[in-house]
Amino acid sequence: MKQKNYNFIIGGSITCFMVLLILVGFFYTPYDPEKMDSSLKFADVSLKHIMGCDNFGRDMFSRILKGCGTTLFVATGTVLIGALMGILIGAFTGYYGGLLDEVLMRVIDALFAFPSILLALVFIAVLGSGKNNVILALGIAFIPSFARIVRSEFIRCKNMDYVMLAKISGASDLRIMFVHILPNTMTVLLSSIMIGFNNAVLAEAGMSYLGIGAQPPEPSLGLMLSESQTYLFSEPGMVLFPGLMIILLVLGFALLAEGLKTRNTGK
Amino acid sequence: MKYVVKKLSAMLLVIIIVSFLAFLAFSVISGDPALSKLGTQATPERLEALREEMGLNRPLLVRYGDWATHFLQGDMGESYDYNMPVKEMIGDKLPITISLTLMSFVIMTVLAIPLGIYTAKHENGLIDRIIYILNQVIMAIPPFFSGILITWIFGLVLKLFTPGGFVSYKEDVGGFFWYLLFPAIAIALPKCAMTVKLLRAAILDEVKAGYVRTAYSKGNNTNKVLYYHVLKNAMIPVVTFLGMALADILAGSIVIEQVFNIPGIGRILLTSISNRDYPVVQAIIVLIAVWVIVINFVVDMIYKVIDPRID
Repeated sequence: MKQKNYNFIIGGSITCFMVLLILVGFFYTPYDPEKMDSSLKFADVSLKHIMGCDNFGRDMFSRILKGCGTTLFVATGTVLIGALMGILIGAFTGYYGGLLDEVLMRVIDALFAFPSILLALVFIAVLGSGKNNVILALGIAFIPSFARIVRSEFIRCKNMDYVMLAKISGASDLRIMFVHILPNTMTVLLSSIMIGFNNAVLAEAGMSYLGIGAQPPEPSLGLMLSESQTYLFSEPGMVLFPGLMIILLVLGFALLAEGLKTRNTGK
Repeated sequence: MKYVVKKLSAMLLVIIIVSFLAFLAFSVISGDPALSKLGTQATPERLEALREEMGLNRPLLVRYGDWATHFLQGDMGESYDYNMPVKEMIGDKLPITISLTLMSFVIMTVLAIPLGIYTAKHENGLIDRIIYILNQVIMAIPPFFSGILITWIFGLVLKLFTPGGFVSYKEDVGGFFWYLLFPAIAIALPKCAMTVKLLRAAILDEVKAGYVRTAYSKGNNTNKVLYYHVLKNAMIPVVTFLGMALADILAGSIVIEQVFNIPGIGRILLTSISNRDYPVVQAIIVLIAVWVIVINFVVDMIYKVIDPRID
């Protein structure tokens, strides 16, 4: 009997649910996420405010919807920068090899050993804080891991028969690299993009928790956590909901990635 | 011996490259330190005089060499904001962050390795399944959020420690370690989950190898095969991961220090970043980089011990 791929099913459902929430949050929130109302300060969970209100009387659910959107935006931007630059560097160094490859790889190795959040902090120190700088900083910090993966895939593929065939039929190097080899690296690339996405969500939450990502009053999950930590004892719900959202976002993607891997390898 | 020399020279090379990059990033891109020191009182003449005095008019490589020599002698420059040597600023904070990192690493290893072996041995058993689910969930929890949860549960509800009531190691060593225990757990949890998962997969992978069948056919029992034959090979990917984890834990402790209100290196790093106090940022980043690179070197040495064929 074929065992059901629970990782895939559960991960897929959570991710679909979260993406749906975020999409809705882009166009509609029950209340204005930045509107303060002192009469609703620390309002409890109710039908009108399904997650209660925060210390300024802002509706938590609306803020979380927008905050998830911010997190998703930063994570997507980060992975886009990291993956695109990583693919370019990995493709050229892997395909051509030689001195350029040696030098770039030593630098990448040194950077790869560095925790990405620290690397991002270095760039933030130079660039200054803010949402867009966080995307840039995290994106750059993510380049080494993508570059390494793409490079090793290109080295594996570049002497295969189909590449030889393409060469004989007169295809240019660029065409071979991006039309012939790149699609064959997709399985590996896809799973590392999903892992990278998760790391980006966690890193973004961490950076905005530290106050160097999204700036108040813009809602962001990490920022909401650091604001609500002060009221931990009296209002634990204010901490739990944003935290839960981060967990669901990451868990859904992690399970989905695992499920996809099982599907592809058939194990 | 050849291996040691090769790795040692590679390590020195990487340290030079990384420290030069850090020097370049903070000294060149970040603007004119003489200007930021003078602030609004800057006139072209005073600026030029201060630049000359600070040695900013010399060639870049000379400045790097000068900075590196001073750094090696323990002189890490002077903070713009506090007008005091960086060394004094971070000197008594370093033990705090290092204690936190090491505690967290010990907790992680002590928990993860037995659990990894156990789950691999009882593959698909009830406990293995439960731990699998726990692992997936724990990996999705950002450490600062588990830090907040731990503060709430152990600090506010169970009252095992006072949240925010950091105890200095100079006053009370026992209290110091007790307070650090909770943030250490918060950092260790996700890394622990990853290690368990990795070790389990590595052992299950090794069990398929031919030498395991040979070991069994010689009459060894499962435990003997596992501990004397399989484990050594299964540890190779785990050692790589543990080395990286030690670097990640250090990064994680910077965030966790904020959650638990610990006056360690992370606190200074963050305030210096927002104040653009570059000498401090630069010194801390270089110190962390050296830490990371040295760990990588140690990992390479451990490889050689586990698997003498590597060179």
